Amino acid sequence: MIMIFGIPGPLLFGQLLLGLINGAFYAMLSLGLAVIFGMLNIINFAHGALFMMGAFAAWMLLNYFDIGYFPALILAPLLVGAFGIFLEKTIISRLYKLDHLYGLLLTFGLSLVIEGLFRNGYGSSGMPYRIPSLLQGATDLGFMFMPNYRGWVVLAAFVVCTATWLIIEKTSLGATLRAATENAPLVQAFGVNVPRLITLTYGGGIALAAFAGVLAAPIYSVNPNMGSNFINTVFAVVVIGGMGSILGSIVTGFGLGVVEGLTKVFYPQASATVVFVVMVIVLLTRPRGLFGKAA
Amino acid sequence: MLEIKDLNAWYGESHILHGVDFNVQEGEVVTLLGRNGAGKTTTMKSIMGLVPRREGHVVFKGGETIGMMPNQIARAGIALCPEERGIFGSLSVTENLMLPPIVAPGGLSVDEIYTLFPNLKERARTAHGTRLSGGEQQMLAIGRILRTGAKMLLLDEPTEGLAPVIVQQIGRTIREIKNRGFTVLLVEQNFRFAATVADRHYVMEHGKIIDMIPNEQLEANMDKLHDYLGV
Ligand SMILES: Nc1ncnc2c1ncn2[C@@H]1O[C@H](COP(=O)(O)OP(=O)(O)OP(=O)(O)O)[C@@H](O)[C@H]1O
Ligand SMILES: [Mg+2]
Repeated sequence: MIMIFGIPGPLLFGQLLLGLINGAFYAMLSLGLAVIFGMLNIINFAHGALFMMGAFAAWMLLNYFDIGYFPALILAPLLVGAFGIFLEKTIISRLYKLDHLYGLLLTFGLSLVIEGLFRNGYGSSGMPYRIPSLLQGATDLGFMFMPNYRGWVVLAAFVVCTATWLIIEKTSLGATLRAATENAPLVQAFGVNVPRLITLTYGGGIALAAFAGVLAAPIYSVNPNMGSNFINTVFAVVVIGGMGSILGSIVTGFGLGVVEGLTKVFYPQASATVVFVVMVIVLLTRPRGLFGKAA
Repeated sequence: MLEIKDLNAWYGESHILHGVDFNVQEGEVVTLLGRNGAGKTTTMKSIMGLVPRREGHVVFKGGETIGMMPNQIARAGIALCPEERGIFGSLSVTENLMLPPIVAPGGLSVDEIYTLFPNLKERARTAHGTRLSGGEQQMLAIGRILRTGAKMLLLDEPTEGLAPVIVQQIGRTIREIKNRGFTVLLVEQNFRFAATVADRHYVMEHGKIIDMIPNEQLEANMDKLHDYLGV
C-alpha cells in the first residue's frame, strides 16, 4: 500500500475527496451569500434553511410527483428561487435602508420558522434520497476508488461556481450588478430597474443554495437541520474569503473543505474547529478577508 | 423640453430647494450658476428623482415626471453626468462606457465618442475605471451618456478641477452635441467657461432661481453676476 507522510494513500485521498465535497457545498453557499450581500447589503442567515428546502423540494418531487433527480436539479432551484423572490418582495425589501443587523435578525428568524415548519411536517430523523442510477457505483482512479456520485458533486459545483463567476465578471449583466453594488442610485438613474435587479439577484442566490441542496440530498439524509449544520462553517468561509468577494468565496470554500479533510487525517481532534482557527488568524492579520478589497 | 415649476426638495429634515422655477427649450444649452451650497446639484438630482423627497412639477416633453422612479425618468430620455463623476472602480473603462442602457435611438456610436475623446480609446482596456486621471474620468462620464440616445443631458460641473486643455475639449464637446440637437442643462461655477457654450444662464441662491441672463447680455451684467457669485 502507498504511504504518504506515514498515512495510507487511500485514507488520505478518501479524506481529500470528502473535503472537496464539503468544500463544494461551502463554495456554492458562500457564493450565493456573497452575491446577495453585495447587492442587498443583507447577511442572509436564511441561506441554510433555503438550501435545506432545495433538498426537500427534490425529495417531494420524487415522492409526491415521481419526478427524478435530474429534472429536480432544475425544478427545485426554480421553485425555491421563486419562494426566495416572494420573501424578498414581501419582507426583506423593507429593511434595505436599515443597518445590516436588522437583515441578519430577520433572516435568522425566517430560517427558524422555515426549519420549524419542516420539523413539524417531517420530523428531524431524516429521510433517504437514492443516488440516481446513472451515478451509482465507483470508478477506480488507480490510487483510490471514487464513488461516482461524489465525483459528480465536485464537478457540478465547480461548473456552477465557474459559470456564476463568469456571468458576474464577464457579461454586461454582471457589469450592471457590480456597478449597482457600488452605486445603486446612479445605476438606476441610467435607466436600470434596480429594485427588480435586486429581487432577481436574491432569487438567483437562493436558487444556487437550492441547487446545492439537491446535490446534497443523496449524500446527507434529507432533514430539516441539514442547512444549520453547514451554515456556521459557511459564514466562516465568507469571513475568511472576504465579505462580498465572489472569487474569494469560491476559492476559500473549496480550499477550506480540503483543509478540513486533511485535518481529519493528520489531527482528527481539530477537524471540527480548524476552519474557525483559520478564521481567527485571517481576521487578526487581514481583517477584510483573503480576497476582500480595502474600503 | 424641460419645464420646472415650484420645485421643492428635502434631505431628511433640511428643506433645500424652495420653489425652483425655470425652463430649458429644445436644443438649448442652459447653465445654472450659483455659489457653493446654492442647491444646483440638488436641482439636478431632483430632476433625476435622486433626492429622498421632492414636490412640485418637473415636466419633460409635456409629461409630468415628479412621481416617476429614476429609471423611468432615464427611460424618458434624461441622462445625468453627476458631480462626483460616478465612474465605477469594479468595471473596466469599456464596461463603464457600455453600462447605461440605450433608451432611445440617435445616440452617439462608440466610434463617435472615441473621436470626441481620443484618450478614452487609448485607455479602453484599463481594467478599473477609477484608474483613469480626473480628466479622463470626466470624459468617460460624459461619453457614456452620449451613447444612450437621451437628448436631455444634465452635466454637473463637468470642468471642475480640470486642466485648461481638457476644459476646452469639454467645451468643444458641448458645442458639438448642441449642433447635433441635444439639449443641455449645465451646472457651472466658472461663468467664463459657461459663456463660451451657453444660450442662457440662470442664477441660483438659497434654493431659488433669482435671475436669468441671456448669454449675449452677460457682459452687460458682469457687475451683478460678480455680486451673485461672490467672485
Ligand atoms: N445628502 C445630503 N444630505 C443633507 N444635506 C445635503 C446633502 N447634499 C447636499 N446637502 C445640502 O444641500 C445644500 C445644497 O447642496 P448642493 O450640493 O445642491 O449645492 P451646490 O449648489 O451643488 O453646491 P456646489 O457648488 O458646492 O456643488 C447644501 O447646504 C448642502 O449642505
Ligand atoms: Mg454641486
